[in-house]
Amino acid sequence: MSLLKVDGVTKRFRGLVAVDTVSLDVEKGAIFAVIGPNGAGKTTLFNLIAGVYACDGGAIHFDGARIDGLAPDAVCAFGLARTFQIVRPFPGLTVHENVAIGALLRQADPQAAFAAAEEVLRKLDLWDRRAQVASSLTLPDRKRLEVARALATKPKLLLLDEVMAGLRPTETDRMVEILRMINRDEGVTIVLIEHVMRAVMALADQVHVLNHGASIAEGSPREVTRHPQVIASYLGAEALG
Amino acid sequence: MRREHLLLGLLAAALLALPLALDRYQTSVLVLVFLSAYVGQAWNVMMGFAGLLSLGHALYVGLGAYVSAALFVHFGVSPLIGLLAAVAVCVGVAMAIGALSFQFRIEGVYFALLTIAFAEVARIGFDHLKWTGGAGGLFLPVAGSDGQWWNLRGGPLFFYYVALAMAAAAFALCAALRRSKLGYQWLAVREDAEAARAVGIDVTRARMSAVVVSAAMSALGGVVHVFYYNNVFSAQIFDMTRSIDIMLAPIIGGIGTLFGPILGAFILVPLGEGLIFATQALGVNAPGAKAVFFGLALMIIIFLAPNGIWPSLRKRLGIGEAKP
Repeated sequence: MSLLKVDGVTKRFRGLVAVDTVSLDVEKGAIFAVIGPNGAGKTTLFNLIAGVYACDGGAIHFDGARIDGLAPDAVCAFGLARTFQIVRPFPGLTVHENVAIGALLRQADPQAAFAAAEEVLRKLDLWDRRAQVASSLTLPDRKRLEVARALATKPKLLLLDEVMAGLRPTETDRMVEILRMINRDEGVTIVLIEHVMRAVMALADQVHVLNHGASIAEGSPREVTRHPQVIASYLGAEALG
Repeated sequence: MRREHLLLGLLAAALLALPLALDRYQTSVLVLVFLSAYVGQAWNVMMGFAGLLSLGHALYVGLGAYVSAALFVHFGVSPLIGLLAAVAVCVGVAMAIGALSFQFRIEGVYFALLTIAFAEVARIGFDHLKWTGGAGGLFLPVAGSDGQWWNLRGGPLFFYYVALAMAAAAFALCAALRRSKLGYQWLAVREDAEAARAVGIDVTRARMSAVVVSAAMSALGGVVHVFYYNNVFSAQIFDMTRSIDIMLAPIIGGIGTLFGPILGAFILVPLGEGLIFATQALGVNAPGAKAVFFGLALMIIIFLAPNGIWPSLRKRLGIGEAKP
């Protein structure tokens, strides 16, 4: 059953077509990757799904409801949470507060929200950092905080925009483990934009490739990485390195 | 009992008993301290909690003062009822300003400018409104109303307890809001509006509620202000310097903290009074001296404690107020 269905979506910025009639079909429970070179329109596509931008054409359905045209907070309330490529924690608040604010979406009582946040923080190995102000965290911790805050909103689907970028290989492996656990234990469907192919290969069931705003391939990681157009436009000689 | 609760209880007891040791003048200074703390707390809801800079907060204080005073003067309506009208008018105006700015995505500095503009419009408007006395001001009848507490008639001692109760109630309200769901939503919006949207917070609604709460609180401040002074002049009450005075206490005390506005008021109001004495004693007639002195004081305090005095004082005392 498809949970997220993106149907021929287009976004133009003045003359530039940033996303050109892109269609995705994400199965419930899947881990779905969107890859492509810089400027391919991946983040724009995420912003369309998350409601940051309005589509210039096409439709987006999530869990049976049409969500294009909704505001970001309404999309999140529907159960579709996102992280930002350039992390955006609430810098002056503590780690615990950051995540509790996410949990407040499903919990009217702050105390219950803090309790729910504790659970998420433990899962993401951030519990020891709970009293720290978010602006004082290291990048890997901030990346995990970004995931934790989104996860605290109890989403059915997580949109992860390059959560591995800037992480060292050991940290990447840890993040892969965490995402796998979220997907497997909590049944959260994951759509991720990723440049770290090692993570994509390890995680994704299905990979969608964008180039210049248009779809050029979709399939299993294995199929996609052998696709000649993908190699030419994105992976290049260092394919699978 | 936690240490801060104990200190808070001691402070309350001291303030309740304090008038016994004060003369009429000293009592009247403390009335100003409490009113300043009260309105500072209201301003802090917008700026300190929700991150909305209001540079024209005198608008709400002035409207509250004018509405309740006009109802009293023209129709003999008790300010206890007049304050409902004052709050309603201020909430209406706040919602109009909020709707206008949030609809058109007027944020940050531009929002601040808009708040000044509305205060200025009110100042000029009331200058020409005959019904409220125009530029000549509106005066409350004083004679023969002694002891009519329901009409907020009384001397400094009466207003001491009124203002103290208001400052205490505002503190309690803000403390409760700060720990509520809405309070956390405000903080999220203040820290990063786009990230707040991404976790499902309706940013416009959160901002609107901060503006409304702040305006309603300020309206009450205006009501008590006018019944204490028995007069109101549009050129004074809506003036930019008044708006600045409102902000100074929470800024110096610590934006976004619960004790900041109170501490700031306790520092600034006596400082201003002392300055009047000093200039009189020295025989200098310098009407701008207060502004210059406050400016200097502000620079020194911001240099020494950029987040305000309360956060650094709190650390030294070892008291834990919830982090802003």
